[in-house]
Amino acid sequence: MESTINAAAERIRAAGAGPARPARDPVNLPMIRNWLEAIGDRNPRYEQDGLAPPAMTQVWTMRGLHPAVEPADPLSAMSAVLDQAGFTSVVATNCEQTYHRYLRDGERVEVRSRLVDVSGPKRTALGEGWFVTTDSTWYVGAEAVASMTFRVLKFRPSGSAAAPPTSERASAPVSGPASAATSERVSAPVSGPASAASDRDPDPASDVLRPVVTRDTAFFWTGTAAGELRIQRCGGCGQLRHPPGPVCRQCGADRKDHLVARGTGEVFSFVVHHHPPVPGRRLPIVVALVELTEGVRMVGEVLGVDPAQVRIGAAVQVDFVRVDAELTLPAWRLLS
Amino acid sequence: MNVAVGVVLPELRIPVTPTFVISTAVATRDFQDVHHDRDQAVRRGSKDIFLNILTTTGLVQRYVTDWAGAMAMVRSVAIRLGAPCYAYDTLVLTGQVAQVSPTGCVVAVVGRVAGGDHVTGQVEVGRIP
Repeated sequence: MESTINAAAERIRAAGAGPARPARDPVNLPMIRNWLEAIGDRNPRYEQDGLAPPAMTQVWTMRGLHPAVEPADPLSAMSAVLDQAGFTSVVATNCEQTYHRYLRDGERVEVRSRLVDVSGPKRTALGEGWFVTTDSTWYVGAEAVASMTFRVLKFRPSGSAAAPPTSERASAPVSGPASAATSERVSAPVSGPASAASDRDPDPASDVLRPVVTRDTAFFWTGTAAGELRIQRCGGCGQLRHPPGPVCRQCGADRKDHLVARGTGEVFSFVVHHHPPVPGRRLPIVVALVELTEGVRMVGEVLGVDPAQVRIGAAVQVDFVRVDAELTLPAWRLLS
Repeated sequence: MNVAVGVVLPELRIPVTPTFVISTAVATRDFQDVHHDRDQAVRRGSKDIFLNILTTTGLVQRYVTDWAGAMAMVRSVAIRLGAPCYAYDTLVLTGQVAQVSPTGCVVAVVGRVAGGDHVTGQVEVGRIP
């Protein structure tokens, strides 16, 4: 899937600027007055001199209440590819506009856009997603009058899909097999679901980032709720594996069961997370990759410890943090 | 404009009423339902309707020109978007001169709501040539 997305991005990027889209109306005073009134801008200059406020540049080329589908537009084309891959929600993260001059009453503008960059997949507070950057230029005739770099995050909302467990990724700052951890800060919704991490208070347990529970991982979470740390075991060759998955990577069998771990292990590696804020956590926190006595590795928070005390090789014992009736997170405590 | 690095702009507090969210969305020709239909916004995972980006850009521009005066010429507005600005939030804009050149200056702007920073950005202004 990743290569399909990258190939499509390269094709759309290589195609260069899309077709010019003309503004529906010339720059006009009624729309300028509506804008000034709504925004609360009392600068008299625009009406006196017949000029448009620079921040209105994009307004002239907005598509209106019933926008036509524009498959040749690079952002639309890239969005369609990402929609197809399940990254159906969108938030804008950056908008940088440069104004070469102010537009005048009566001028007709048109805009052309091109795809500049597509990067991902990235794990964000909102879910896994891809950042899509486009450049747009507004013209009056052949004269470029303004330009804009615009970046959106196209993401798969957390909880809506079978995101693979992430315990082997050192970037996951919370715990358990599948926490939608935030490694990149994201922002204001354009139209998609709108629970940005920055919109949350930093402490109540109800704000903890919740793992995505799938058929492959349900046994793990049932286990933590019952005070058991469960490790998936291949029904063919007996190989233990974590994070859990549908098929054995060693023998290919899809039969599986699990065993209950002793709950002991060693710190294989760890990070002290100071920033950015993590919902439901007071920073700093220690997040360790623990090698279990049984041999598999698992990510989890080390509780009740001064970060300076944690060492690679330190012996740890599992503990369970009950968040609510549905979620109990595994965590670790140093054995001293 | 009496300008030096570090000069602080007067704070602007905007009570973000539903009327404000909707009238600015329509004035910027943005008809996405999350900017005017609370039921739809809630269905899509938001707690209420929220400001659209073109309005945030406009408010940041207005905030700086309110201070810089009618003759100021805005050359660029670069913003990074954070927490949504919902209906019934109070948006508090603050700013400070970050750079000064012979032809103008750059103002760093932050817009905060209850949920955190809604917008952070920089506005470059000069005088009319």
